[in-house]
Amino acid sequence: MSETFFTDQHEWVRVDGDTATVGITKYAAEALGDVVFVELPAKGRKVGAGAEAAVVESVKAASEVYSPVGGEVSEANSALEAAPATVNDDPEGAGWFFKLKGVASGDLAKLMTQAAYAEFVKGL
Amino acid sequence: MRYLPLSPDDRSVMLKKIGVPDMDALFRDVPRSAVVPLSAFDLPDTQGELEVDRALSRLAAKNVAAGAGPFFCGAGAYKHHVPSTVDHLIQRSEFLTSYTPYQPEIAQGTLQYLFEFQTQVALLTGMEVANASLYDGSTATAEAVMMAQRLTRRGKAILSGGLHPHYAETVETVAGLTGAIVRAPVTPGSAEDIIALIDDDTACVVVQSPDVFGPIRNLRPIAEAAHAKGALLIAVVTEVVSLGLLESPGAQGADIVAAEGQSIGNGLNFGGPYVGLFATREKFLRQMPGRLTGETSDVEGRRGYVLTLSTREQHIRREKATSNICTNSGLCTLAFTIHLSLLGEEGFTRLARINHAKASALADRLGAIAGVELVTPAFFNEFTIRLPKAAAPLVDALAKKGVIAGVPASRLMPHEKIADNLLIVAATETATDDDFAAFERALKEVL
Amino acid sequence: MEIDPNRRKVVAPGYHAPEELATISGDRGLDHEEKLIFEIGRDGVTGVDFPQTQISGARLGGQQRKTAIGLPGLSEPEVIRHYVRLSRMNYAIDAGLYPLGSCTMKHNPRLNEKMARLPGFGDLHPLAPRATTQGALELISSLMNWLTTLTGMPAVAMSPKAGAHGELCGLLAIRAAIAARGENRSRILVPESAHGTNPATAAFAGFTVDEVPAKPNGHVDAQALKAKLGPDVAAIMLTNPNTCGLFEGEVVEIAKAVHAAGAYFYCDGANFNAIAGRVRPGDLGIDAMHINLHKTFSTPHGGGGPGAGPVVLSSALAPFAPLPLLVADKDGFKLIEDRDELPDGAKPFGRMCAFHGQMGMFVRALSYMLSHGRDGVRQASEDAVLSANYILASLKDVMSAPFGDGPCMHEALFDDSFLEGTGVTTLDFAKAMIDEGYHPMTMYFPLVVHGAMLIEPTESESKASLDAFIHVLRGLAQEARAGKTARFEGAPRLAPRRRLDETAAARKPVLRWRRDNLPQAAE
Repeated sequence: MSETFFTDQHEWVRVDGDTATVGITKYAAEALGDVVFVELPAKGRKVGAGAEAAVVESVKAASEVYSPVGGEVSEANSALEAAPATVNDDPEGAGWFFKLKGVASGDLAKLMTQAAYAEFVKGL
Repeated sequence: MRYLPLSPDDRSVMLKKIGVPDMDALFRDVPRSAVVPLSAFDLPDTQGELEVDRALSRLAAKNVAAGAGPFFCGAGAYKHHVPSTVDHLIQRSEFLTSYTPYQPEIAQGTLQYLFEFQTQVALLTGMEVANASLYDGSTATAEAVMMAQRLTRRGKAILSGGLHPHYAETVETVAGLTGAIVRAPVTPGSAEDIIALIDDDTACVVVQSPDVFGPIRNLRPIAEAAHAKGALLIAVVTEVVSLGLLESPGAQGADIVAAEGQSIGNGLNFGGPYVGLFATREKFLRQMPGRLTGETSDVEGRRGYVLTLSTREQHIRREKATSNICTNSGLCTLAFTIHLSLLGEEGFTRLARINHAKASALADRLGAIAGVELVTPAFFNEFTIRLPKAAAPLVDALAKKGVIAGVPASRLMPHEKIADNLLIVAATETATDDDFAAFERALKEVL
Repeated sequence: MEIDPNRRKVVAPGYHAPEELATISGDRGLDHEEKLIFEIGRDGVTGVDFPQTQISGARLGGQQRKTAIGLPGLSEPEVIRHYVRLSRMNYAIDAGLYPLGSCTMKHNPRLNEKMARLPGFGDLHPLAPRATTQGALELISSLMNWLTTLTGMPAVAMSPKAGAHGELCGLLAIRAAIAARGENRSRILVPESAHGTNPATAAFAGFTVDEVPAKPNGHVDAQALKAKLGPDVAAIMLTNPNTCGLFEGEVVEIAKAVHAAGAYFYCDGANFNAIAGRVRPGDLGIDAMHINLHKTFSTPHGGGGPGAGPVVLSSALAPFAPLPLLVADKDGFKLIEDRDELPDGAKPFGRMCAFHGQMGMFVRALSYMLSHGRDGVRQASEDAVLSANYILASLKDVMSAPFGDGPCMHEALFDDSFLEGTGVTTLDFAKAMIDEGYHPMTMYFPLVVHGAMLIEPTESESKASLDAFIHVLRGLAQEARAGKTARFEGAPRLAPRRRLDETAAARKPVLRWRRDNLPQAAE
């Protein structure tokens, strides 16, 4: 049963066994506007929790995407290269950015649940 | 004062509306001690057009214009004939006094010509994509090196000995912060073995063709050798008219082309403003510095142009920008575009042939003078001769005889003994047989 | 005839504008559509006559071109018509006010253009023999004197090609000065309200950027700034007047604290137009400041360039000024380009670019300075500040000015609070200005207020022009707040193009014309 966790930087992470999938939230995608380009990490790259892992660009802005948890990049969503709009259409599903393996489950404890994130966003 | 429309009455009415008694009240945040009286400035007061024209014309008259007599300087800036149409068009208000096209709906004039310019540069250089210009060829070269350092994640840049020394110094100053800059030895008249210097730490090799002494370089083997080691080839062109007669750097495998566009549309202007051309492969697009214009359509489906991929630039990425550049060369870029539009394929290729023919004829004449040796047998419109004595004093002596004979190599490389007797000579379509005769005559007199 | 002083059109009674008319050509009166030169040009046509020349090719090292370039051919009349039509799709200062904050879009005097084109300046090679270029070197020297005198600084580096290039020059001089002291300082403090070139340049020059917050009143937080000083801080970069249009009154104390901490003070000179002739930045304690000749000194913006950004330097930084240096000796003026010929104490950090700087812009700037004189320069600054305050006073009751309680300098800052609840954004407001015949003001900068609108009229506007502008902005603000949002929706409607799809342009970039019209190149 995989649960989704959230950061205060508007990333989400879904863990399945020791693989984690990371993306940006609906709130972030709406704030960014039309996504035009995504710069994804290379396979094999090791990232720490909170480290900059990707960049998402709209016409007028570029934002860093921080990895919510530490691990090694096992896959990047190359479909976003040809169709960056997927991030706007389905940010928390098909618009995922990258997957990590070797994730430390302890990192998840520091993140927000779906309900907590929804509260957090209300307060913004 | 003729440029200030507000009258004393206007000013009173405005102060009243604002609700302050005088101008000083508006400057209340300025510390009293920092406000100085006019007398603190040892400068003249307002002058009319007549006086200013007289003063500046007097200064201009102290210079010898290139067109005043036989003229043969090149070395990175070339005298070409710019058709009257060009200067007339760039002085139209809507080009001269318009701002950067950040509001595309009311800047389609600028955006469309930039799109045309980008296409022209891509065609000339044989590359896939070009930007909307950088400041000049030297800063474009430095930007190219830094782009290669980012792309390869390596620091070392190898600069050919034939690269214009000002360009090499600029690269050292700016790109030297992010990697080691290696300058290959200067070998005028003989082949350079730059391939031997390329290793696994090399980010890029920078080769100018035609090089600063004139010879045309074969970039293909250098491109292959660089690619074999995971490095990039940056081709530099300081005389862009050469592209009308020579194979493009793109066709020879260059990854980035940094060039000086001054030869087309822009006068000598004592060194600036000029126009930097920058072109590269499509796959490197997002690491390219500078403005980019792209085609799109508006809400009514009409084709139009906008600045695009701005997220690379300073006003958005700030400290993560690909460069800190804010302006492009604007009006100089327009002058280039218009001149090249007038030339077209036919005019441009003919212009290049004439340049080569002129320089060839002059090289033959000078080479035949006793004591003068042609050091560079292959060249486009610029070559190097070795004189029996130091070239710099000879150039000064020739100037006194009314001939501006070229650039002594020692001016560019004062520490290379080999350069002392070398004179770099350029001949363009603006030089005549009478000019050649005058040069030959004067040179024989001073030798 | 009715002549409404606030409307520009003179109308006869009973006049009705005609219905929208679809034309056969697709053009509308004087508004002509224009294709690309590649779509107009043909083979075998040229706009420049050159004879055909035989060459042997023996001297080309086997590198002769074997394929066509692909350039289109056009005759002179076609080229003129093409670019004239393009020009008519552009807004320009000559045609209307540009309220662009931080850009200083002032009048470009035509005398300057004539002076720059004198053959003695325009047709002069940078490497021509010294004796033939004395007038040019003397001009540069005169301009240097004006710049140092107006700023109260001892030295100036002339080679930077634009403001951002000047910033780099200043930071590289600072870097060299620190290295000469044997120290290693890598942090630069930059206010969060700074122009993007500041942090970009700092990063470019190899420093890390540390942001200093602004106080609620729009001024830099001097306490926070001083707290961030330390042995690893190389410099601060401040704009003064700042990007909110306010003079940083604590600048002298800040300079003292910065120097006491062993750091340098870089000043962004983009807003010099507010204080030129009245305040000398050198008196405030700065170490380096670039001067945008295309802002304060009227050299034309030319649709995006060329600029020029000479940098005035304090005595601490002057030794590190880049090559070339301009000196005078018994034979006249001379450029020092060789490290072996350096005057005593000079330790240039290197060279910023080929040759000596933007001479074409130097001539124009000096022509401007000689025309204005010191009294004209001071009057221009005063009029710039007066006009901005007049606009602020005339608009702050219908628009929201976050720092509107006190006077501003040469630019007035508004935010989008007055649009709250209307559904109209700063962007919509700006695009509606286009339909009214105005270029929009600077939007969304500085970042310290929400939906920023930064208005800088400059001294070049007549009072009638300012009044007309104020009238329009009042009208737009009032309509937005009254819920009459029709004119904002989908604006602009009357410009040569309506809103353009910037998303598509970024997702699938088409950056050049191709003969086969494929949007993306094959590898």
